Amino acid sequence: MKYPLSEYKNYKVLSLSGEVDLNESPQARQQILECIKQGNNLLVDLSAVEYIDSSGVASLVEGFQNARAQQLVFALVGVSSSAMQVLQLSRLDTVFTIYDSLEDVSQ
Amino acid sequence: MKKIERIHFLSRAEQLAPLRQFVRDLARRQGCCEENLEHMVMAINEACMNVIQHAYHGKDDGEIVIEFWQDGNELLIRILDFAESVELENIQSRDLDDVRPGGLGVHLIHEVMDVVEYKNQVDSAGNVLEMRKTLGNPSSCSVTNRT
Repeated sequence: MKYPLSEYKNYKVLSLSGEVDLNESPQARQQILECIKQGNNLLVDLSAVEYIDSSGVASLVEGFQNARAQQLVFALVGVSSSAMQVLQLSRLDTVFTIYDSLEDVSQ
Repeated sequence: MKKIERIHFLSRAEQLAPLRQFVRDLARRQGCCEENLEHMVMAINEACMNVIQHAYHGKDDGEIVIEFWQDGNELLIRILDFAESVELENIQSRDLDDVRPGGLGVHLIHEVMDVVEYKNQVDSAGNVLEMRKTLGNPSSCSVTNRT
């Protein structure tokens, strides 16, 4: 399944959804890395993520690192409670920039 | 201690979603609190992912067996694979200050389960992961019920 990509202000917004596990995370990873490779500031919307495992989290970390290397913005938006639990357990909630909603993202 | 279920499946990523649903249904039937149930789901998913990726190295016809035992107010989960036995001292959580993709599975398992023990199989090649988790009190659930 290809995840929907939209635009908000000067960001691309990739909306992940459902269960981002070992079976689905390669698609998320590919789209995240492709977006960054194209030089886009990227917001990853996790509001519709029902479950994410460490392979999905690894895709986010890889995106974060690649964006930082290219001096691009990489942030998470609307992190669902189940995704937030995994980020907190991994102590990544303090590493990623996290916005409650798109409206909270500054220009 | 009473064996509740024994299931087996092949080392394929697409098996993980139905496995998670199976674990949710089983734990709910045993009266598990939703918060502890989601922790069990997380740990079992991460453990099976590790087996698929690191024990079977992505080979999609490896066998994985999971046994569920009830021991009082605890659930004992045994995950068995039949890959080459791994060096147990190599199974460790990594330093979380080193922010990089991958390597979080073992850490997550230890974070959410009460007891975690890795063993090599005795009579054959392969590995065993034993994990214990209290069922908790369903009336004190702090996590929304998922179907």
